Amino acid sequence: MSRNSSSADATGSRVLMVWCPDWPVVAAAMSEGHPLTAPLAVLAGGTVLACSPRARRAGVHRGLRRREAQARCPQLIVVDHDPDRAARGFEPVVAAVEAVAPGVAVHRPGACAVAARGPAGYFGGERRAAERLVDQVADSCGVECQVGIADGVFAALHAARIGVVVEPGHSARFLADLDVAALERPELVDILRRLGIRTLGAFAGLPEADVLARFGADAAWAHRLARGLDHRPLAARTPPPDLEVTADLDPPAVRVDAAVFATRTLAEALHQRLAGHGLACTRLLIQACTEHGEEVVREWRHDGVLAAGDIADRVRWQLDGWLSGTFQGSGPVRRHAPKVIGGSGGSGLAHPGEARSGEKVAEGRPSAGIIRLRLVPKGVVAQGEIQLGLWGDAGKGRARAHRALSRVQGLLGPEAVRTAVPSGGRRPADAVRLVSWGDERIPDRPPDRPWPGGLPSPAPALVFGEPLPVMVYGPDAGAVAVTGRHTATAPLCRVAIAGDPAVEVTSWAGPWPVEERWWAPAESRRCARFQVCLADGRALLLTLAGGRWWVEAVYD
Amino acid sequence: MSVTALTRLVEHGLVDRGTIGQGVVARAGERLAGTGADRLFPLRDQLRELLPWHGLRRGAIVAVASGTPGATSVLLALIAEPVRTGSWCGVVGVPALGTAAAAELGVDLGRLALVPDPGTEWATVTAALLDGLDIVVVQPSGPVGPQLARRLAARARQRGSVLVPYGEWDGADVVLRTTGQVWHGLGMGRGRLRSREVNVVSYGRGAAVRPRKAVVWLPAGDPAPTGPDPAAVVQGTAAVPLTLVADPAMDEAS
Repeated sequence: MSRNSSSADATGSRVLMVWCPDWPVVAAAMSEGHPLTAPLAVLAGGTVLACSPRARRAGVHRGLRRREAQARCPQLIVVDHDPDRAARGFEPVVAAVEAVAPGVAVHRPGACAVAARGPAGYFGGERRAAERLVDQVADSCGVECQVGIADGVFAALHAARIGVVVEPGHSARFLADLDVAALERPELVDILRRLGIRTLGAFAGLPEADVLARFGADAAWAHRLARGLDHRPLAARTPPPDLEVTADLDPPAVRVDAAVFATRTLAEALHQRLAGHGLACTRLLIQACTEHGEEVVREWRHDGVLAAGDIADRVRWQLDGWLSGTFQGSGPVRRHAPKVIGGSGGSGLAHPGEARSGEKVAEGRPSAGIIRLRLVPKGVVAQGEIQLGLWGDAGKGRARAHRALSRVQGLLGPEAVRTAVPSGGRRPADAVRLVSWGDERIPDRPPDRPWPGGLPSPAPALVFGEPLPVMVYGPDAGAVAVTGRHTATAPLCRVAIAGDPAVEVTSWAGPWPVEERWWAPAESRRCARFQVCLADGRALLLTLAGGRWWVEAVYD
Repeated sequence: MSVTALTRLVEHGLVDRGTIGQGVVARAGERLAGTGADRLFPLRDQLRELLPWHGLRRGAIVAVASGTPGATSVLLALIAEPVRTGSWCGVVGVPALGTAAAAELGVDLGRLALVPDPGTEWATVTAALLDGLDIVVVQPSGPVGPQLARRLAARARQRGSVLVPYGEWDGADVVLRTTGQVWHGLGMGRGRLRSREVNVVSYGRGAAVRPRKAVVWLPAGDPAPTGPDPAAVVQGTAAVPLTLVADPAMDEAS
């Protein structure tokens, strides 16, 4: 396409800009729950970025320092600027505009543009399209917005600020009266003001070649904007693909295996859809609803790609868990006996207290068959980001191990197979976090922090989940305690573990005090630790907490 | 393997019907390819001399006797080097296993799977893991009948995995037993546990019928410079007097 003809330049692209006034304030008010009528100001770097109308009436304006803004309006609510929050909050507005006019380009959070030609033709005129869009945004998001239509994005944005439609070819005249600050280039604006150029019209009057020679390429581009020659095509966004898949089961699935069978085809469909977009899924939300409206939702994490078979496995685990309460322990082998959902017989129901985190279990046992299964991919990454081993062998061993471990998970439940992730903490039990095999390996606490009071290497080879009670005796068979100044009242001489005969201590060290989370009374923990070597060769980690001695770990 | 033996395995739930064909094919391939050094998993230096093959041989049963001081660390040291170099390992029925200690010995925790509470299903779980993992450590929750032990051994041999029972086990190729450990670095009210020597004996059948002894330093063989020379205490037992090992940093300071 040729851009040489100036008439095409002037009327080439009509742009409809939707602009929400004071967007940072609106987004902050929505997410923080303040009413928009309150005096609100959003601050970035100590100065006011945007403020609500009431704050503006009190004299607050953009660029004011925090102190001064608060002095002018003492009841001012100050919120820090968060670009992510603003962008997130704008998403529903974009979706609302997209519902009426496709091909939305987000200019910045608070302003988005569409090509005016389509909606104008469809709704019978640019003004009607503008009214329709304002209504649509107000109805679906409850957000006030203004619409401006002009040639080019730059002119349309400024038209939207005052809510006018600039006739085709009149953009340059419309822009001529605006202040040069509208260019949003502070350095250039500063120079232009000092040269006595205060409006865009005056700036547009300068010879183009001279502007380029004196101020550089960016200023030349600003010069074109000021003349109303804005050709940037709209960078219309592609709406995010709808990846979730749903299956309605008719007749309702009353047995777990029937539901799992339906899932297989559903999982295949999800897999194909993801593969079609070149994506892979690492977190999956599985939702099952019964006829009576009960539902169970759980998010499953996975450290690789969830294949169709894996998804079916997880649906089975989830439904099994819904029926039988818990996956833990050595229950009967469940996969051979298909369970009946609903009815009075069968295994016990899932108690809400037993539900794992992230799982919402309907109160009580499902009372009807499952009518809907929904798979929602949550963590979606580009497929290329999941790297397999360079040589086939590495991946092969992994796949083989995964198959074997998945079989065990099918046998005992997903939480029976664990893997350890290095984690941070002061107790030996805190040094690793056990996650279910296949889940994402995320530590509880960052392991690379110093953790003062943590145990030095080597780590104990046996760490008890439940510490064993132990009696510790001093030289005269008296009990040993620790003073407030963290010294032992007597040397440690003999140790009797859980009722066994006492054993001589050959060497010991301590006490090493640990005081954790003293600021939170419910979680605070205070103890003193000792390392002891016994005459029979054992080495123990002893803990004195609340006046009682425990064996926390064995250096076996 | 005869058809009757396979049928028996299927009856006992140790083999899926679907995997029988694959197993036979895998076994044939293994016979062709699996000779020489690629049949061995590497081992750390001090443990190597305890095994007749100077490594962990695929299909072998290497038991570690539990209950004596230092046994768990020897178990971890046994699996550390193979897992570090890319093998996969499963541990069945050891809920108190200190995985942080395993990581210190060089185990890549991403390739270590734990089944802490298999309950009564431990044999089925072990058989399933022998299918897919290179090394399977199992602590049986009850007495192991000779028939079950034979069946799991056959499974390990067929799949080329190493079964490492932690506890009593009939028919192990090699048994490692610790006979005492000496910790260094801890005094009366001062110091901390720094290094330790564990006396290990190995005995078994076939090539391992002659007992072997070794002293293993855990953590990794860097005894404190002023400590006794490991070579000199090979014949030593737990009767070695406890010595306070000087901290080199302290020496420099004084």
